[in-house]
Amino acid sequence: MKYLRQFFIIMLISLLGEALKWLIPLPIPASIYGLVLMLLALCTGVITVDKVEEASTFLIEIMPVMFIPASVGLLDSWGALKDIILPIGAIIVITTIVVMGLTGKITQGIIRMEKRKKNE
Amino acid sequence: MNNLAQESIFFGMAISLLGYEIGLIIKRKFKMAIFNPLLIAVVIVILFLAVFHVDYETYNSSAKYLSYLLTPSTVCLAVPLYQQLHLLRKNAKAVILGITSGVIISLTSVLLLSKLFGLNHQQYVTMLPKSITTAIGMGVSEEMGGIVTITVASIIITGILGNMMAELICKIFRITEPVAKGIAIGTSAHAVGTAKAIEMGEIEGAMSGLAIAVAGLLTVIMASFYANLM
Repeated sequence: MKYLRQFFIIMLISLLGEALKWLIPLPIPASIYGLVLMLLALCTGVITVDKVEEASTFLIEIMPVMFIPASVGLLDSWGALKDIILPIGAIIVITTIVVMGLTGKITQGIIRMEKRKKNE
Repeated sequence: MNNLAQESIFFGMAISLLGYEIGLIIKRKFKMAIFNPLLIAVVIVILFLAVFHVDYETYNSSAKYLSYLLTPSTVCLAVPLYQQLHLLRKNAKAVILGITSGVIISLTSVLLLSKLFGLNHQQYVTMLPKSITTAIGMGVSEEMGGIVTITVASIIITGILGNMMAELICKIFRITEPVAKGIAIGTSAHAVGTAKAIEMGEIEGAMSGLAIAVAGLLTVIMASFYANLM
């Protein structure tokens, strides 16, 4: 019954996320509201980690397979994509590398700066 | 085959999981980033559908139950984040500034490259939300008058690419701090990238999950400003 109750809590928070999305007219998905709600519930102690730990570990572990259906859907948008595939492909490759590299560099730089400040 | 697939409510999920299992086996054998289990699964499913003349709609009518789990799973990303909250507090400044500059770099690089390649306004706003999670990105693209199907396609390709290249990019840019790795991956390659960050470690996964939410929200705020620039 433990797993069922854990799954129930996760579903309940997902439902509350949907309710917020329905109430607030912004392009923010239910999942993000749900993530914030879950974090608040954990921080305030409304839910303790052991009440959701196993079920959430399982769901997070199998997350990659959840992207398969949408990715296979690229098949259907090929018609719209093929005429501008070169510029779009170039934009995707270049920005992904640049954003990941620079974001990591900047974050790491600040972390190290703070560490040095503390050591002085 | 199409008839069987149409009748079945397990076909789509079974073939997706089979593809992923094969992907895991190939990855274990060759241990190269190009053999990404997600990418292999997608290729296998597409080939299978093509060979047996099953259309995407038929496949998705039973595979959609996999996508259905995405919302509860994203909610669950709060759990590792909560467990690493002390790290977030300790590195709050780096995390916030890192994600913010990442979002600005993303939007600015799309702007510059769109100008360089001579895209029109509609194509440009279509590409603006390419680094953020699909559900937010679709909303942003729609709001600005972009072509939503192409936005979704770019977001997914970005994610798969980020997932495949994360380890290599961290090596090239010499990013070794786990917190910085996670922030970099989540900001640039949303949830699909985060799947890789989780494999890399608990801290990486938690920070990447946080970056999805923050980068998504910042993009919602900044995109309308950027949309007016071209």
